[in-house]
Amino acid sequence: MQMPSPDARIMAKKAQVVARLAQVLGDRGVIHDPAETRAYECDALTAYRCPPLCVVLPATTEEVAAALKVCHEENVPVVPRGSGTSLAGGALPTADSVILGVSRMNRVLETDTADRIIRVQTGRTNLSVTGAVEELGFFYAPDPSSQLACAIAGNIAMNSGGAHCLKYGVTTNNLLGVTMVQMDGTVVEIGGAHMDAGGLDLLGVICGSEGQLGVVTEATLRILPKPEGALPVMLGYDSAEAAGACVADIIEAGVLPVAIEYMDRPCIRACEAFAKAGYPDCEALLIVEVEGSADEINYQLETILKIARDHDPVEIRAAQDADEAARIWLGRKSAFGAMGQINDYMCLDGTIPVSALPEVLKRIGELSDDYGLGVANVFHAGDGNMHPLILFDANKEGDLEKCEAMGADVLRLCVEVGGCLTGEHGVGVEKRDLMSVQFDPVDLEAQMKVKDVFDPKWLLNPAKVFPLDVSEGRRA
Amino acid sequence: MIRPGSEAELAEAIRDADAPLSLRGGGTRGPLPEGTAITTSGLTGIVLHDPAALTLVVRAGTPVDEIDAALAGANQCLAFEPMDHRALLGSTGTPTIGGVVAANVSGPRRVLVGAARDHLLGLRFVDGEGSVIKNGGRVMKNVTGYDLARLLAGSRGALGAITEVALKVLPGTETCANLVAHGLDDAAAVRAMSAALGTPYEVTGAAHDPHAAEGPRTVLRIEGFAPSVAYRSRALVEALRPHGTWQIEDDREAVRAEWRGIRDVAPFHGTTGNVWRVSVRPSEAADLAARAGADQVFYDWGGGLVWLRLPEGCDLRARLGRYDGHATLVRAAPETHAALHRLQPEPPALQALSRGLREKFDPRGILAA
Repeated sequence: MQMPSPDARIMAKKAQVVARLAQVLGDRGVIHDPAETRAYECDALTAYRCPPLCVVLPATTEEVAAALKVCHEENVPVVPRGSGTSLAGGALPTADSVILGVSRMNRVLETDTADRIIRVQTGRTNLSVTGAVEELGFFYAPDPSSQLACAIAGNIAMNSGGAHCLKYGVTTNNLLGVTMVQMDGTVVEIGGAHMDAGGLDLLGVICGSEGQLGVVTEATLRILPKPEGALPVMLGYDSAEAAGACVADIIEAGVLPVAIEYMDRPCIRACEAFAKAGYPDCEALLIVEVEGSADEINYQLETILKIARDHDPVEIRAAQDADEAARIWLGRKSAFGAMGQINDYMCLDGTIPVSALPEVLKRIGELSDDYGLGVANVFHAGDGNMHPLILFDANKEGDLEKCEAMGADVLRLCVEVGGCLTGEHGVGVEKRDLMSVQFDPVDLEAQMKVKDVFDPKWLLNPAKVFPLDVSEGRRA
Repeated sequence: MIRPGSEAELAEAIRDADAPLSLRGGGTRGPLPEGTAITTSGLTGIVLHDPAALTLVVRAGTPVDEIDAALAGANQCLAFEPMDHRALLGSTGTPTIGGVVAANVSGPRRVLVGAARDHLLGLRFVDGEGSVIKNGGRVMKNVTGYDLARLLAGSRGALGAITEVALKVLPGTETCANLVAHGLDDAAAVRAMSAALGTPYEVTGAAHDPHAAEGPRTVLRIEGFAPSVAYRSRALVEALRPHGTWQIEDDREAVRAEWRGIRDVAPFHGTTGNVWRVSVRPSEAADLAARAGADQVFYDWGGGLVWLRLPEGCDLRARLGRYDGHATLVRAAPETHAALHRLQPEPPALQALSRGLREKFDPRGILAA
C-alpha cells in the first residue's frame, strides 16, 4: 500500500503551522512533540503507521473552523479522526498532515423523546449515545462491534452498520442532521430534527464520505423506543448450503429478525474455546434474534424453528431467558477477540447477495487452499455482509503480503457475484486500490466531482477512498 | 416528447441536447420544468427480484402498480408506501418508480421504516453530459465510495436522469388495525402521536385530521402478524390512557383504505387553493399550523409532516418564519410556482454547495429541474 510522499514545503514550515494552530486553539489544543504525535500514527488498521505533522484537538465547532481555516490557508492536508477505531485506515495520517481529533467534543446537547432525537457532539462514543437515553426507554440503533470505543464522527464518516441493520438500517438511516465545518472553515447546518431534505440530500452524501467532505462536529440522531424484549435462537447445520437455505426461507416467510449471524466451523471452534458458549461443533451456526413481547417472540420463534427443522439441523437451541440469550451471543460477540488469541488475522468486510452465500463460501475455501492461509467466516447473514478473517503470521516474512493478496481476491469475488468491497468498514486506504474493480472510471469521476465541490483543494483526507493514480491530478 | 427505449438512447438524447430538457417519469407529481419533454417511461421492466435477499432491481420507467403487483406475489412490498399524487394534483399518467426515487416520495410508514431514499440500495443514472454512472449496488450494506444514490434520490432530476434503481423490499403485512381518538385539538393530537411512537409497539402510521366529518380524528396504525397486532393494539390503548379514549378498529380492508387515503392526502382531494407540504420537528407542528392560518390542515408522520391548504399565491414561508424544517409548494398555479418556488430556499452556504453540484453534474444546464 502506497501513500503519497510528504510535501517537503509543508514539512519545512511545521513550526509556523504549529504556531498558527496554537494561536487559535491554545497550547493545550495542539500536540506536536514527536513522542506524543506517535499515539496518532495509526488507527485499528495497525499494519500501516505514520506519525502526523501535528495533532489538533479542538473543543468547539468554532475551534474546528479556526483550525481548518489555518490549514486551508497553509495548504496543509487534514485527516479527521474520531476514536481511531477504523479497520480501513480511514484515520491514517501522512507525515505532512494535521490530525484533527474530535475526542474532546463529547457532550450531549439535547435529548427529546417526544421528537425521538438526540443531538450530540460527534466525539461522543456510539454506546454512550444509547447510554444517554437508555433510562428513558430508548436506544440508538446502529451498533458496530467497536461501539464501546468508536465515535459518532467516525460512524458518520464511514456510514457504520452493525448486527441489527436488517431491521434498523445503518447510520445514514438514523442520521437527521449535522453541523459540519468545511475545509475553508465555513460552518454549515444540514437537516435538523425534521425528516428528509428540502433540496438536494447533502446529508446523504456526507454520510459515508470518509471525512473527505467536511468535519462533522454535531449530529442529530434518531433514537428508537427499546423493544419489550429480544431472544436469540441458535441453529447448527452440517453444511453452508443448508444454513443458507434456512436463512432464505426465514426471510421469504415474512419474518424479519433483527439479526441473523453466521459462523463457520473454524470460527465456532475458536469462539467455543474462548467463550465456552456451548456451541456445537458443526459446519455452520446461525444465531437468529427476534424482538417483541414474550408472546410475539414465541410466535416468531415458532415460525423460525419450523423452517429450521426442515433443513435438518444438528442443533437447535432457543434461549429461554436473558442468561441463555447472553450466552448464545457471548461466543459471537467475542469472535474477533477469540480469533486474535490464536492468530494474527485480517478482517474483510465485503457484502454479497444472500443467495450467493454457499458459492462464495466454497470459493473462499478454495482460495484458502491456494494461498495456504486459514480462514474463519463470521458475518451478518441477513444482509449479506461477510467478515472472513484471513489468518496469517505477522512474524513470518511475506505472510502479510500473501494475506493482503488473498483478501483482494476475496473482495474481487464479492464484486463478481453482485456485491461490494465494503459493507460497513469503509474504503480508507485498505480497499482504496481495489475501487476500480467495482467502479468504472466514470463512476469514480462522478464521486470525485462531489469532493471537488466540498473541498476544491483536496486537503481533507486526500489519500483515501480513490486510487492514488485516479485522484492524482486533483490532489495538491 | 422524447421517449428513449434504452439507457443508451437516453444518454445519447441528453448528450445531443442543446437546450434545456424537461425530464419526467410519468409526469404525475406536479409542475414540470420548461424545456423539451423527455421521459424515462420507456425504460421498463423488473431486472431482478430476489425475495430471499429482500431485493428488487427495476428500470426507472416501470409503473409503481406493476411493481406493487409483482412484489405482492411474493408477499413483499415497498415498505415506504409511496404516495400517488394524481388525485391531489388532478394529474394524469402513470407513476413510475424512477419518479418515486427522484422525488423521494414516501407515505405514512416513513415515520417507522424510513423514506424512499432509505430503501434505495443503488442506482444507475445519466448525468447532464450524457455519461452513464452507477452507484451503490444491490446489497443491503454497502459503504464502497460516496453515496451518490442518496444524493440523486430527491434531486428531482437536477443531477441526472435515473435509469435503474435497486431497492430494499420488505415482507408484506398480514393484517392491521387502527386506534382512533376523536376530538383532540392539534397540539394534544401531536402529543398523543409522539407518545404512541415512543412506545415499543411499532406504530406504522400516525395521522391527525382536524377537519374530519365527525370532528377531529387521530388515527394510529398497527401492522403485523394477527396475534401481534391484537396484543399491541390492546397494549397501546392502555399506554395512551393519559391521551384520551382510543377505540380499536380492526376491519382490515377499511383500515387499508383509510391509510391509502392518508397516503394520498385524501382530505384535500377536490379542493381548491395551494397545497403546501411542511416537514417539521413534530413538537413544533401544531404551533406552525396555527401560524400558517391555513384553510385546512392535515398531519401525518406523527406531526412530522404537515399538509396545509392556503389561498392561491399566499407566501406560507413568510408567515412561518424560522423553524426546524422546510416547506414545499406542491399544488399551485404556474404563476404562483414561478413567484414562490417549489422548494424551500436554502441558506447561502448550502445553496453554494447545491449549485456547485449541479454545475459539476450538469455543466451545460441541460437538466432544468
